[in-house]
Amino acid sequence: MPEQQLLDAEKGQAPVIGPGHTFATVTDKISSVVLTQRQPLMWFATLSTAFLLTMLLLLAVTVLFAKGTGIWGINMPVAWGFAITNFVWWIGIGHAGTLISAILLLLNQPWRNSINRFAEAMTIFAVACAGLFPILHLGRPWLFYWLIPYPNTMGVQPQFRSPLVWDVFAVTTYATVSVLFWFVGLLPDLATLRDRSQTRLGQMFYGMLAMGWRGSARHWRQHEVASLLLAGLATPLVLSVHTVVSFDFTIAILPGWHSTIFPPYFVAGAIYSGFAMVLVLAIPLRAAYGLGDLITMRHLDNSAKVMLGTGLIVAYSYLMEAFMAWYSGVGVEKFLMLNRMTGPYAEQFWMLVSCNIVIIQLLWFRKVRQNTLALFGISIVVLIGMWLERYVIIVTSLHRDFLPSSWGMFHPTRWDWATYTGTIGLFLLLFFLFVRLLPMISIFEVRTLLPEARVKEETRA
Amino acid sequence: MPQIFHRSTNTISRVSIFGAVFALAVVGWALSSLDRSSYATRANTPREQPVAFSHAHHVGDEGFDCRYCHTSVETSSFAGLPSTEICMNCHSQIWADSPELAPVRDSFRTGQSIRWTRVHDLPDFVYFNHSIHVKQGVGCTTCHGPVDKMPLTWQHASLHMEWCLDCHRQPERYVRPRDQVFSVTYQPPPDQLELGRKLVKEYNIQSLTSCSTCHR
Repeated sequence: MPEQQLLDAEKGQAPVIGPGHTFATVTDKISSVVLTQRQPLMWFATLSTAFLLTMLLLLAVTVLFAKGTGIWGINMPVAWGFAITNFVWWIGIGHAGTLISAILLLLNQPWRNSINRFAEAMTIFAVACAGLFPILHLGRPWLFYWLIPYPNTMGVQPQFRSPLVWDVFAVTTYATVSVLFWFVGLLPDLATLRDRSQTRLGQMFYGMLAMGWRGSARHWRQHEVASLLLAGLATPLVLSVHTVVSFDFTIAILPGWHSTIFPPYFVAGAIYSGFAMVLVLAIPLRAAYGLGDLITMRHLDNSAKVMLGTGLIVAYSYLMEAFMAWYSGVGVEKFLMLNRMTGPYAEQFWMLVSCNIVIIQLLWFRKVRQNTLALFGISIVVLIGMWLERYVIIVTSLHRDFLPSSWGMFHPTRWDWATYTGTIGLFLLLFFLFVRLLPMISIFEVRTLLPEARVKEETRA
Repeated sequence: MPQIFHRSTNTISRVSIFGAVFALAVVGWALSSLDRSSYATRANTPREQPVAFSHAHHVGDEGFDCRYCHTSVETSSFAGLPSTEICMNCHSQIWADSPELAPVRDSFRTGQSIRWTRVHDLPDFVYFNHSIHVKQGVGCTTCHGPVDKMPLTWQHASLHMEWCLDCHRQPERYVRPRDQVFSVTYQPPPDQLELGRKLVKEYNIQSLTSCSTCHR
């Protein structure tokens, strides 16, 4: 790896931006991906695969609408199955984007400038995939708007004591704030693309999206204020959205769900899987587009460290779950834990433990963190592990509850798999269209990382 | 570099952004009004019937009690449609040769019921019981409107769930004394709320708004 030679002499860390860049080269490099450069083979390959998977999703959803949720493996007692597993998984993945764009902005972590744009895009597309599942899971999905309070002829409002309604508010707020934050951040770059575009179509497209951005001092000032305000709005969402999602479980009295540890444990798990997705997207992107000098080893290293940290919190939570099951002295709780470890879904449980706790320990080693291939592999493993975690929580709790007479099993059908892989396709399709059409790295924010920007500030001060 | 957009774009974009908000609000308002209009609920529209039966004549002019024809209203969920025999009690004597009443005589002769067009048709997922409403002081005209003024019968209320709940949530606004339930000329007194509260207590009327009260 050539990046390893780029270590900062003082800190022993890779720099956040490769040497030799100036304002002009940064703008050239990022905007050329959209405007002039031929797309690499990887782009065509991923986009066509993603397109096929999206078609599979369309097919699965059409069959679902025609025949109903009976095409899935769900039934009593396991009525949640894949749909809710996927919902929690996707919404969790989104959290890393918001953490990077909002919390790291407020914490003044400039290294986030190179990865916030595509991480935010990841958030939006993940939330879009997540939002599909609760609606698809409804028996009559065309009546989904009943979840929203509006003056209806039935004279009733949604049940505000139900966490499922809180979910609607949490997720729609999250989607709205994320889209706004993303779009506001894009404005100056859209104007750059408008000004550099050589075709009439490009000028019109980026011109309309840029909303008349001229880069005046007043524009910049208002942009700064708006960004900070939106970051302030988005910051609590990083913690609150997955907390509310965890309420879907904790408010129920089912063993394995009814636990106060869930909110922090879910938030940590969300950021954990989110950073895994950031790495899964960043590593191939920087290789295919030659962006190693903008998304440096420093970014990969930092993301891996966040993954390790949140992974340890998740491991601690698993341990506490097991401890509390024993310490509570409640029979059903103890049975649930034993059943998780040795019951019919023991295989999935031990797979999740090895994915989420064991394999992640490799990240303690700098050698592993500096190896992009290993990082990519570990991130995929974490994504699988976090999906299994939600699957195990949902299925093992539901399939053996208080009444042995109502015990049952859940077996996914091929439509379960088709819907799930279909949303992965939709996510990748949206993401790679984004890479093609919009600057995947924030041009104006990366420019502030350059020595040129810093020198000016210092001389003025 | 030449300008990409014409100067008018400024105005167009401003108008379209604010216009979109306004347009969405108008669409929402229009949909909600349409949903409640008599076009959607079919309220206030007289229905065609096989025999042009007039409540205005029978109830308004002649002063029939509702229960003369709707015999099971006090004991059953269904108020009951009169059998042809009830019609023929009078119409074997008066208007006995009227061509208007030919379907009634045919029905009497053949034993085939007259196929009336239903005016108040609740969805099948709603359980409704006439007898309990009548017993608890809900007047016929409270829901069915001034039938004594309907030449052909029409649906008076929207039959929307919000309309049911309007009374179920605050029954004191509508209940009347039991001896006034079948009166078509009864007007609520000015102190309806006071009387209503008294009656709610006296008749032990519960405000039943649980889902399973009606959706069983």
